[in-house]
Amino acid sequence: MSKKQKITPYFVITAILLIALAIFFLFPLYWIVTGSVKEKSDIIIKAGESVKWIPTTVSWDNFTRLFKTQTELFGLKMPLAIRWLFNSVFISVVAMALTCFSASLAGYALAKKRFWGRGFVFSLFVCAMALPKQVILIPLLREMSLLHLIDTAWGSIFAVIFPVVGWPFGVFLMKQFSEGIPSSLLEAARIDGAGEVKTFMNVALPIIQPGIGALAIFTFINAWNEYPLQLIMLSKSEAKTIALGIAGLQSEMSNDYGLIMAGAALAAVPIIIVFLCFQKYFTQGITMGAVKG
Amino acid sequence: MATTNAPKRSLVLQRRETIISYLFLLPALFFFVGFVLTPMAMGVITSFTNSNFNNVNTGSQFVFLDNYIRLFKDPIFLKSAWNTVVIVVVAVPTVTAFSLWVGSAIYRMHSAARSFFRCVFYLPVVTGSVAVVVVWKWMFDKYNGLFNYIIRAMGGQGLMWTESEKMALWCIILILFTTSIGQPIVLYVSALGNVDHSLVEAAQVDGATDFQVFWKIKWPSIMPTTLYVAVITTINSFQCFALIQLLTSGGPNYSTSTVMYYLYEIAFRTTKDFGYADAMGVILAIVIALFSALQFKVMNGGTTE
Repeated sequence: MSKKQKITPYFVITAILLIALAIFFLFPLYWIVTGSVKEKSDIIIKAGESVKWIPTTVSWDNFTRLFKTQTELFGLKMPLAIRWLFNSVFISVVAMALTCFSASLAGYALAKKRFWGRGFVFSLFVCAMALPKQVILIPLLREMSLLHLIDTAWGSIFAVIFPVVGWPFGVFLMKQFSEGIPSSLLEAARIDGAGEVKTFMNVALPIIQPGIGALAIFTFINAWNEYPLQLIMLSKSEAKTIALGIAGLQSEMSNDYGLIMAGAALAAVPIIIVFLCFQKYFTQGITMGAVKG
Repeated sequence: MATTNAPKRSLVLQRRETIISYLFLLPALFFFVGFVLTPMAMGVITSFTNSNFNNVNTGSQFVFLDNYIRLFKDPIFLKSAWNTVVIVVVAVPTVTAFSLWVGSAIYRMHSAARSFFRCVFYLPVVTGSVAVVVVWKWMFDKYNGLFNYIIRAMGGQGLMWTESEKMALWCIILILFTTSIGQPIVLYVSALGNVDHSLVEAAQVDGATDFQVFWKIKWPSIMPTTLYVAVITTINSFQCFALIQLLTSGGPNYSTSTVMYYLYEIAFRTTKDFGYADAMGVILAIVIALFSALQFKVMNGGTTE
């Protein structure tokens, strides 16, 4: 990367193509955001009229309609769509916290401890990771109904969280990061008389912290976008996530594009902001998970 | 570390180490065994029974391979399997080639430009299937959609897009493409950044053209990444579901149904034949596992490090 890019005709053509593609990739997002504040007359394309590339007026009418249905949460009155947003945030945050906690402990043990059954446990994790997540959806729903988790709104929310936490990628990623903890440091802590928990907290944790950052952002976005699982587990309207809620709106009012775009904006913008804030960790997580397969 | 000269003491230590290790593993194993392994096992067992919505609580019978035999006589399953193959065969080479092109175009750029492009191509992944699909559905709309507007403005006839049996699958593949290239680009940028620069410089001193440098030096050293990209794209394409459920619901006339979508439809929409749907899941898992086995074999053979 030290070498500077020369300006050649090939470079110019590539740059133009890339910019055109970037516009093509950004356009749907632009169309969501502008669509959400367009008036009905701007959304419907009449024959002989030009497309409103830019909204002629900014109108919050779509959002007003989106927030019309009310619900309650902890005794607080709020629009149903905000409840959906809350559910998405709740699922992602809890899944993220549980995954980081369980995966960093497990990854540390698998990387730094020699114990009976270690190889077996690790290959179990790796093999399960190679299998497709979605084929367990049907039995998972049966299991959750046997556990009576899907009977209540909160129960079904946890029925989405648990399988996300159980997915072995986190353990695998944290094992990769934990390999970098120098054994001599752990040995020194032991000689100093530090207990297992203290050693983990004071020696291992500071070293694997970037890994936990990567795993946190990765899990957050994955849980947020875990649509198939949400689709089968969350049937009560107050338990829905924002993505599921928007999908429902789309099938019920398929022609009200203004309303649907307002919902899509509410679903897309928060997660994009989270991604942009933690982008650095994210890139690290993707490459780290791939380097050793 | 485990072997010492005092076997008795080491045995005690080893047992202690094992107990402590499993305490560390306990939370992860709880979720993993409880909510990943158990349903996997349940799925495999159910695939040999006639379990369905009506007998799920009263008990179902073993029917051995009946579900599997039925699969290969079911024309909708065969059509769905064919569609799945088309998606994989089209998506994998295009995604791989395209992300390699973008990766090599941006990896030597100024770091701000590199981050910008990496980010832009990753955005559809982050945005999530639902938001992506609802906006594409609007753009594909035959009356109010942008694509038909542009075609009409240029004097053409509006197309049916997702409502036409011939075009719908290609619409799915196009959206799948935009949501699939983000991760491969990130991987390629990092792999190309790791290519030994002294080799490239030595070749340039010897008068190698850019094309030769790419083909003889960069291509072999990013080979593991290419294989990894090909495999994850294959797995993702095999599992393509959300796009289809949201955009076309498998229609028109099953022209966009895939194995994953048909499985969902059988289990939750139409006959609620759990055993039959699980048999489909097992077949899909076996096919994907074969590709994944290839992935791990490749990854253990040589790494980008």
